[in-house]
Amino acid sequence: MFGTIIAFKHINYQKGILGSDWVGLKNFKFLFATNDAWVITRNTLLYNLAFIVINTVVGIILAIFICDVVSKKLKKLYQSAVLLPYLMSIVIISYIVFAFLSTENGMVNNSLLIPFGKNPISWYAEPKYWPFILTLVNVWKGVGYGCLIYISAINGIPKDYYEAANLDGAGKWKQIRCITLPSLVPSVITLTLLSIGRIFYSDFGLFYQVPLDSGTLYSTTNVIDTYVYRALIKLGNVGMSSAACLYQSVVGFVLVLTANLIVRKVSKENALF
Amino acid sequence: MIRSKSNMRFQILANFILILFTIFVITPFILLIMSSFTEESTLIRNGYSFFPEKFSLGAYAYIWKNASKIMRAYGITILVTVVGTAVNVMLSTMIAYPLSLEQLPGRRAITFYLFFTMLFSGGLVPSYLLYSNYFHIKNTIWALIVPNLLLSAMSVLLIRTYISTSIPSALFEAAKVDGAGEFTVFFKLVIPLSKPIIVTMGTFAGLGYWNDWTNGLYYLTDTKYYSIQNLLNKMITDIQVLSSNSSMASQASSEMAKLPTVGVRMAIAVVAMLPIFVLFPFLQKYFQKGIALGAVKG
Repeated sequence: MFGTIIAFKHINYQKGILGSDWVGLKNFKFLFATNDAWVITRNTLLYNLAFIVINTVVGIILAIFICDVVSKKLKKLYQSAVLLPYLMSIVIISYIVFAFLSTENGMVNNSLLIPFGKNPISWYAEPKYWPFILTLVNVWKGVGYGCLIYISAINGIPKDYYEAANLDGAGKWKQIRCITLPSLVPSVITLTLLSIGRIFYSDFGLFYQVPLDSGTLYSTTNVIDTYVYRALIKLGNVGMSSAACLYQSVVGFVLVLTANLIVRKVSKENALF
Repeated sequence: MIRSKSNMRFQILANFILILFTIFVITPFILLIMSSFTEESTLIRNGYSFFPEKFSLGAYAYIWKNASKIMRAYGITILVTVVGTAVNVMLSTMIAYPLSLEQLPGRRAITFYLFFTMLFSGGLVPSYLLYSNYFHIKNTIWALIVPNLLLSAMSVLLIRTYISTSIPSALFEAAKVDGAGEFTVFFKLVIPLSKPIIVTMGTFAGLGYWNDWTNGLYYLTDTKYYSIQNLLNKMITDIQVLSSNSSMASQASSEMAKLPTVGVRMAIAVVAMLPIFVLFPFLQKYFQKGIALGAVKG
């Protein structure tokens, strides 16, 4: 945390971090003068918003279905299936994506596009497809986490509610709408709140490794985390990257506080702190 | 339970959608595994495919023959996972136990300090400069172990809650009356009694170490300490690594073409994810428990 001062300094390794000269807001001026600042902010926010909405909706739907499956064996199978991709490292996932999308050897080009007379696509050079690819990969990998939380929330609903609803003649859909969904609200709020707090952060691996760090894709794959990494390690630009880094931390922090404040106004017991 | 007609229809719909989803989850793995068993020339001609024309164990035979680099990376991953997980869990519990005691002075302040790190962090730049310029962990095995030790404020808080709610404090007092010191209490009482939460948190820490590749990316420029994830990462961006590793590197490029590189990459990826597949049935309940606790956010 102490390192935040780096953003206001011109780092000189001979003088050390504390001894380096102060430059005030110059690093930030450089950062926001570039087009990058806008692109990475837009990408980070849009991707995260899409991920939050899609993962919540898909996670809830799957959780409701899984909880209602009668067969114990199938239930176990489905639960394993949602969890498994969550445990895979992003490097392995980038291999899988590569197996599908590689221009020369990829499954999609060789088995789907060419046999049907379409032209092969060089996926790693076409930015326009990546918002969809990354969202799909993120659902595939990430939906299990929320889904398991919703499953445990649904399991916590007293069974009498459903029995009473059955006696009153409420159908399955009505039960889901009037019992299950309202009971999930607290979990949804907590998870969304946590995600909003992280909305300025993104899964570095997903945006760096899965597109294989392909330069032509930066317009749709560059996010704050990958920008900081590239500026720091590839270009050695400590000033710029620490400015972006602090920008991320501060805005993220303000967002958690704001989101929490709003939730506290609406329903106090669901707030995080 | 009353089984009405609408209930039956619901069951069919639920199972149908869930089976579709299961297929959606499983197919990418199948493609990866199938590709690793496909013959090299078929791969070059037809690309990666679910239904390869010709099967071959060539990729695995190649790994077996050139095992030294891969086995080394594998060994480093195992070492780092075992040591890192043990130290991580030990440190977390050692911080959590005093925080669970009410007589600790400044308890609230320390807890808040821990919680605050979850909300606000300096980010990559300060930690990078700190680790590389002051701790000098660049290009040492510590680069893979140390950074992950400090990222577990959440698990400290969860262990603390577990200790203070599930272990009666009268037990600690009784032990102290009997003359046990703090260390005896910690090792003989706290650790055995909080085993369920320690195992759950340990599973996540272990997974974190096994899958970690960013630390290697940030702090290792020399391939000596590459973990299996770093090796894979390097290979996919730079296919020449494997060929330069082989003794044939200096020979003609026609020899190079014979190297089953396209399939070998997939085979190494399969080898790297194999332990997770094998251990998955045993660890699944801990993952589910940990996620339900809100333990880990991806």
